[in-house]
Amino acid sequence: MGGTPTPLPVPNPGPTAQSPGPHPGPEPGPSATGEREYPKESLFGKDAVFAAIPWNEAVVALGEFATDAKWDRKELTITVARENIVPGCRAVQAAGFEFFEDLTAVDWYPQEPRMQLTYHVLSLGLKQRVRLVVRLDSADLTVDSITGVWPSSNFYEREVFDLFGVKFSGHPGLTRIMMPPDWKGNPLRKDYPVEGYR
Amino acid sequence: MAPTAAPDMIVPGIDDVIADAQRHGVNSTGEHSMVLNMGPQHPSTHGVLRLVLEIDGESVVSLAPDIGYLHTGIEKTCEAKFYQQVVPLTDRIDYLCPMTNNLCYCLAVEKLLEIEVPERAEVLRVLLNELTRIQSHLVWLGTHAMDIGALTVFLYCFREREEILRIFEAISGQRMMTSYFRVGGIALEPPLGFSEWVQRFLNDMPEKIDQYENLLTANPIWMGRIKGVGYLSKEDAIALGVTGPPARASGIDWDLRRDMPYSGYEKYKFNVPVSTDCDVWARYIVRMQEMRESVNICQQALDSFTSMPATRLTADAPKIVLPDREQMKTQMESLIHHFKIVTEGFAVPAGEVYQAIESPRGEMGYYVVSDGTAKPYRVHMRNPSFATLQALETMCKGRLLADVVAVIGSIDIVLGEIDR
Repeated sequence: MGGTPTPLPVPNPGPTAQSPGPHPGPEPGPSATGEREYPKESLFGKDAVFAAIPWNEAVVALGEFATDAKWDRKELTITVARENIVPGCRAVQAAGFEFFEDLTAVDWYPQEPRMQLTYHVLSLGLKQRVRLVVRLDSADLTVDSITGVWPSSNFYEREVFDLFGVKFSGHPGLTRIMMPPDWKGNPLRKDYPVEGYR
Repeated sequence: MAPTAAPDMIVPGIDDVIADAQRHGVNSTGEHSMVLNMGPQHPSTHGVLRLVLEIDGESVVSLAPDIGYLHTGIEKTCEAKFYQQVVPLTDRIDYLCPMTNNLCYCLAVEKLLEIEVPERAEVLRVLLNELTRIQSHLVWLGTHAMDIGALTVFLYCFREREEILRIFEAISGQRMMTSYFRVGGIALEPPLGFSEWVQRFLNDMPEKIDQYENLLTANPIWMGRIKGVGYLSKEDAIALGVTGPPARASGIDWDLRRDMPYSGYEKYKFNVPVSTDCDVWARYIVRMQEMRESVNICQQALDSFTSMPATRLTADAPKIVLPDREQMKTQMESLIHHFKIVTEGFAVPAGEVYQAIESPRGEMGYYVVSDGTAKPYRVHMRNPSFATLQALETMCKGRLLADVVAVIGSIDIVLGEIDR
């Protein structure tokens, strides 16, 4: 084994394709045309946002479903009603937002509506992200599962079910994922103490 | 008196085992199939992952991951801390890339505060992030090769990883839980000799990567174990939320550093390795290429860092960033700011942001909600391993049990970030 190691015939085969260039797909709006400028200041309310960026793909797709909208810190948030989450997700998926990134909840206890479900969806072609929000009253913490649209939401919905107690109807196996199966309570709710019950 | 078992001791019987497997949707339905439990204490599951498998002979019929063994409630803990106190918690989520977690959290809070950090701090952040990527990939390569039976590579990889950890210790005082970044910049000036040390490391590293490839790439046993194993098509990768090197190995040409740049990544020239082979081999090749690209980015960052004038590493935001020690001792205003930040924290304007960056494992995102107080109302982490784990069944179904070990190694999961 002494001496210098002899290099093997194929020490470094490159990957089969390598592209330093930008992602292929539709040209992103703002820089391409000049008319498609995003506002610098924050906008609140559906009318203000839809008037400022009517050409945005997510805005076009969610026109009929949106109940509220926000353009804040260069991020687009669109609120939809609880029953419209599955059609809403299908609409943004068809508009090019093909990648489901994240789902989580925010507990606004004791305010009502209590639960805010936040979905983040990414478009690889358009290089932009949209945040969908659904608000739920504490009287009925149930929403349709979007596992039919994006199977990747499976674990995320289980996590929200486990830690917040929101039920997703139509989910293939809604069981606890982080906590033990016999755990009582939903730890990430605001009325659950940080130190736990002891 | 007959000895009795402790009342709270539960010894699972065969019925409990079957019920538990059914709870995970795994049934022994076929004529020759059986349910097999793998983990949570198993050396090739990289932590405390438990898999419930239905196997027919040696081939996998179905598979369900059982997670949560490392769940420590970090998201809940964050809600009880000041914004600056969350930084040490983020290290512990993905313990193989602490700097990446620090960066993602700091960028998210900086976005909420709408402050900008100086360019010099941005460059140092990029440099340290790419070093973190190299050391994370080294752990992946070493353990992945060891799972498959190539023990030597592990020792080689940890030799170089040790060097990076020594650099981290020199700058932050900690090898792994660095907590070196702050909201608004960086905690400390790097020590004397830091640039030379990193330069020495960068000079040696390409040759070391050649050494790993000499040991593995053309090795017939290595190729036999990983070529064509763990196939994941591009469509499945998108549908199952796979990001990072596994996604790029499935032909998805997407890298947040290039496509949605943060922390000044648009100033660096680098290639994004992509492969369309979609198997464990492709993931190996993509990560090896990524290490070379990271060395390249580190070199560019180091060059611009050393050529810059030594200005402050923190933003000009006295109510958010702790003042220099020198000023604290001479200026009343600085002393007040220091006292206020330490005792009361800093209030962050109400709002919500989602900041995503490219971690060594894929897209890491921090979703931070503020209600206008000094403590975050909600911090949620989108972790790449959590989503990638969902693709495990697709990759392993119909393959041999031994391939499951190769596939787990290839997706490079870290259970700390899955369970949080």
